Amino acid sequence: MAEEHNMRRVTAIKNGTVIDHIPSGQALKVLELLNLSGDTSVPVSLVMNVPSKKMGAKDIIKVEDRELTQSELDRLALVAPDSSIAIIRVYSVAEKLNVNLGDEVRNVVRCTFSNCITQNPREPLPHRLKVIRTAPLALRCHYCQRPQDLDELVLNLL
Amino acid sequence: MKGLITMDDLTNEDIHSILADAERLLPVARGESYLPLLQGKILGNLFFEPSTRTRMSFETAMKRLGGDVVNLGDVKTSSVVKGETLFDTIQMVDGYTDIIAMRHPRQGAARYAQDAARVPILNGGDGAGHHPTQTMLDLFTIQQSHGTLEGLTVILAGDLRYGRTVHSLSHALVRFGCRLIFASPDLLRMPTEIVEDLREHGADVTETEDLLGNINQADVVYMTRIQKERFADEDEYAKVAGAYKLHARDLANVKSEMVILHPLPRVDEIHPSVDETRHARYFEQAFNGVVARMALLCRLLNIEVPAKIPGGDA
Ligand SMILES: Nc1ncnc2c1ncn2[C@@H]1O[C@H](COP(=O)(O)OP(=O)(O)OP(=O)(O)O)[C@@H](O)[C@H]1O
Ligand SMILES: [Mg+2]
Ligand SMILES: [Zn+2]
Repeated sequence: MAEEHNMRRVTAIKNGTVIDHIPSGQALKVLELLNLSGDTSVPVSLVMNVPSKKMGAKDIIKVEDRELTQSELDRLALVAPDSSIAIIRVYSVAEKLNVNLGDEVRNVVRCTFSNCITQNPREPLPHRLKVIRTAPLALRCHYCQRPQDLDELVLNLL
Repeated sequence: MKGLITMDDLTNEDIHSILADAERLLPVARGESYLPLLQGKILGNLFFEPSTRTRMSFETAMKRLGGDVVNLGDVKTSSVVKGETLFDTIQMVDGYTDIIAMRHPRQGAARYAQDAARVPILNGGDGAGHHPTQTMLDLFTIQQSHGTLEGLTVILAGDLRYGRTVHSLSHALVRFGCRLIFASPDLLRMPTEIVEDLREHGADVTETEDLLGNINQADVVYMTRIQKERFADEDEYAKVAGAYKLHARDLANVKSEMVILHPLPRVDEIHPSVDETRHARYFEQAFNGVVARMALLCRLLNIEVPAKIPGGDA
């Protein structure tokens, strides 16, 4: 029932997407990853640091009138790999989705190594980070093969 | 295998068979036998960074096998300076050539080029990254000296931090069960992540600042140049670098079959008195750059090196 209560911290939405179980404090990064932080056309509600049985504390995001696609949601792998996503249609959950990390993070972030060939913004090939391990997450650049510092990496969002 | 970007593109079996091809190609590399295996093929030499040895030895290797070479020319006057991307440069050269040898100041450039190209890429150095054709000629020289790559004790000495040749070579030697001794000033130690990675692969690795105290155990001593610019001042450099210079008198008690290698150019880390000893192998090593690259060119172009070569004794 605790979850139910948290949900009501924010008004129910009619249509849209709910991203639940975001690690506490990461909601703003998630908005950035989804390119929603500068978007003024979509109503977005944020709940941060609410108690959660599963995670201790968590953040929740509700995006109105937009159904995020699987490939958009996969971008969350870097900061919220365990989040659960619900597509809401006419006030009820129509679909549930999970973040799918796969074996590569493609065109989400730029490699953190300052002398990597991908630092030239005009080079057209995709940014590719290989998933070496999932828990804890370890990534390596496909091109320069440098291991990636995750804290630094979220500053390199494309 | 499409191109050769890092040594991971080669299995141990590939390495053995390419070295065997190289061995058979020696008379061709020396010009004693003419074997136009690569007639009609064109190598594109794309050196975005100055190189004498690597570029020339690729060119020699191609020509000894009857092939042709086109050069990017001076980077300062080519389209690169006008801001052309690597992707676009590769698109052009890819259309002109059958295979590309490249060196680039940025790490990952060779992999990037391979993703952009139809023809195979031979990585001749990408920033602080990899230099696998150098590793192949080093392995060839070691095998030539000892008859094997297995189980040798190898000292790598000097600048182990910035020297990409020692990084690739260490990884390769560990695959053949060699014991590695890293002798360097503290400032220029082998990067921790490389040492850890080697140990994770079960390697026997020792780190020390003492080259001469360990030299008598070695089957191979791989010397590298320590650059003055790495140190805060000249005095600090002089104090530290002296311990990584070899003189013939330091070799009194080394193993009789021990060989000294150096990727060249040397400055003063190997005294000319060493050149006269039975241990000096760096000039052969430089020559071996040609034969190792001949074997690699053939392999990547899918041209088989015949089992018997006219003029060869094999
Ligand atoms: N109409 C709605 N408006 C806003 N949020 C909603 C709406 N319906 C459901 N949610 C939220 O969407 C998420 C998923 O809904 P669901 O009913 O499946 O909850 P759940 O039982 O918590 O599921 P889970 O097992 O994923 O935790 C929850 O965070 C819930 O609060
Ligand atoms: Mg719940
Ligand atoms: Zn990179």
